[in-house]
Amino acid sequence: MTQPETTTERIETFYEVMRAQGITRRSFMKYCSLTAAALGLGPAFVPKIAHAMETKPRTPVIWLHGLECTCCSESFIRSGHPLAKDVILSMISLDYDDLLMAAAGHQAEAALEETIQKYKGNYILAVEGNPPLNEDGMFCISGGKPFLEKLKRVAKDAKAVIAWGACASYGCVQAAAPNPTQATPIHKVITDKPIIKVPGCPPIAEVMTGVITYMVTFDKMPSLDRQGRPLMFYSQRIHDKCYRRPHFDAGQFVEAWDDEGARKGYCLYKVGCKGPTTYNACSTVRWNEGVSFPIQSGHGCIGCSEDGFWDQGSFYDRVTDVTQFGVEANADRVGLAAMGVVGGAVAGHAALSALKRAQQKAQGHANAVKDDEKAAKANKEEA
Amino acid sequence: MSVQPDTDTPFHKAGRHKQTSIYVYEAPVRIWHWVNALAIMVLCLTGYFIGKPLPSFSGAEATYQFFFGYLRFAHFAAGMVLTVGFFGRAYWALVGNHHAKQLFSFPFWKAHFWAEVWFELRWYMFLEREPKKYEGHNPLAQMAMFFFITVATLFMIVTGFALYAEGLGKSHWLYSIAGWVIELAGNSLDVHMLHRMGMWAMLIFVVIHIYVAVREDIMSRQSIVSTMISGHRTFKDDRPD
Repeated sequence: MTQPETTTERIETFYEVMRAQGITRRSFMKYCSLTAAALGLGPAFVPKIAHAMETKPRTPVIWLHGLECTCCSESFIRSGHPLAKDVILSMISLDYDDLLMAAAGHQAEAALEETIQKYKGNYILAVEGNPPLNEDGMFCISGGKPFLEKLKRVAKDAKAVIAWGACASYGCVQAAAPNPTQATPIHKVITDKPIIKVPGCPPIAEVMTGVITYMVTFDKMPSLDRQGRPLMFYSQRIHDKCYRRPHFDAGQFVEAWDDEGARKGYCLYKVGCKGPTTYNACSTVRWNEGVSFPIQSGHGCIGCSEDGFWDQGSFYDRVTDVTQFGVEANADRVGLAAMGVVGGAVAGHAALSALKRAQQKAQGHANAVKDDEKAAKANKEEA
Repeated sequence: MSVQPDTDTPFHKAGRHKQTSIYVYEAPVRIWHWVNALAIMVLCLTGYFIGKPLPSFSGAEATYQFFFGYLRFAHFAAGMVLTVGFFGRAYWALVGNHHAKQLFSFPFWKAHFWAEVWFELRWYMFLEREPKKYEGHNPLAQMAMFFFITVATLFMIVTGFALYAEGLGKSHWLYSIAGWVIELAGNSLDVHMLHRMGMWAMLIFVVIHIYVAVREDIMSRQSIVSTMISGHRTFKDDRPD
């Protein structure tokens, strides 16, 4: 089979698109510096980014929506650095997105088909949400077919796959126990493509655009951790860079939501902050163009970018519930109960032992004498 | 295959010897026992309060106060001592006497072992009039030690270092060794929870261990508590078994 003619069709570079939008060269270079900084790269990378933007064709992206709440898209369109507008209009060529595209119905499906054919093996698939597998996937229908089918078909010819948010990465709320629709994270459905996980509910806007920028600029995946998350945003816990950390080390905690500690901005650890177990960039990048993040607003982190965060018990406990025990119980309650049982048993056993011993002493004195005589006899025989 | 005499099995009975004292626990074993006990005490105490912190005292500004930091430091330091001790003890199992090996072996396939376990259980259920004599641990004790000390300590070391490595960062060499635990569990919070369950398991063992050691010292036919101090097992009578 010959390659479709359309693959040779020239796609504009990022730079061309930006200039066409009236962005000056100076602004363009500023944008490159900002992007380099956002990605944690040194100044040496600024010309590299600029060069890539000037020479590389825009990357086509197909953005699919499965079982989800659209908070990822809501977050994405609020990106400040770079602006989502810049990303969509200049950096990537967002060819299909149920939410943002103007087309609808058959027109939209035609656009999807066209993009797949046109950029076979070259487009990035971004997935928001996940496919439910129960009842043959009937819990999520898109374009008249189960979302699962659509996801598999588009993934087949993708270059790489981005799993947006906790839904696509881990399953999120719809996959929480008992998971009636059997909502399944996409890496369990797509097994033959590189998948980059960008968890969070939603992920931070700048993290989303940052990941896309990196992939577009360097034409490769950023370095990932063992779970498949980009290290540049998910290598540290919220706790590691939290501005309330000194209060944690000092042992100064908020005990109740209306106490003096809460007013003074003490550490939220005791009211269940999941910052120490959550890998994300909230405490450095923050939200809404760096305005704030949950802990700064006085509420603990709920750990939304961690695997199975809905099934980790209360958001307001540190030692969380152990759901395996059927009734709600936490490690300390189970431990203390076991200690109580064992302690009681030990006390009872000790009392019984003492009684038994006293009894034996009383009646056993005569026997002991007999035993000694026997032993002496045996010794004599041996000799 | 040669049939080994009964006296070579680690849990063999004192038998028909007319000895009243046997050197059982060599110095490194005894030192390890007490260092380990101290480390476990510090770890449980600090660990409990790391998960459930004490009421905060807001006397000074955070700059001048490092209470929780010191508490965590004590926990980590005791954890290091426990780990070094554990591996030192494992080394001594290789070069020490055969009693030193008992902690690291669990003769699951030996019918004789289970028979002795059953006997010990009957003794603790007041169904046997008189216990047997043992140079080392009795089989029931050996089983408990194997699971609650050897396996549990290893579990606490593995989960503990995984959690500690998180603080050092993903690029640290320790994380590349121990970090798989976090990735395996999926969520660091699960590892925290398991680590805490491990603490409770060890505390339960401590209660039973101390009770049984004292009880056996009084009611059995050999010394128990003083043996872990002097190293010598003394027997209270000359009768066989």
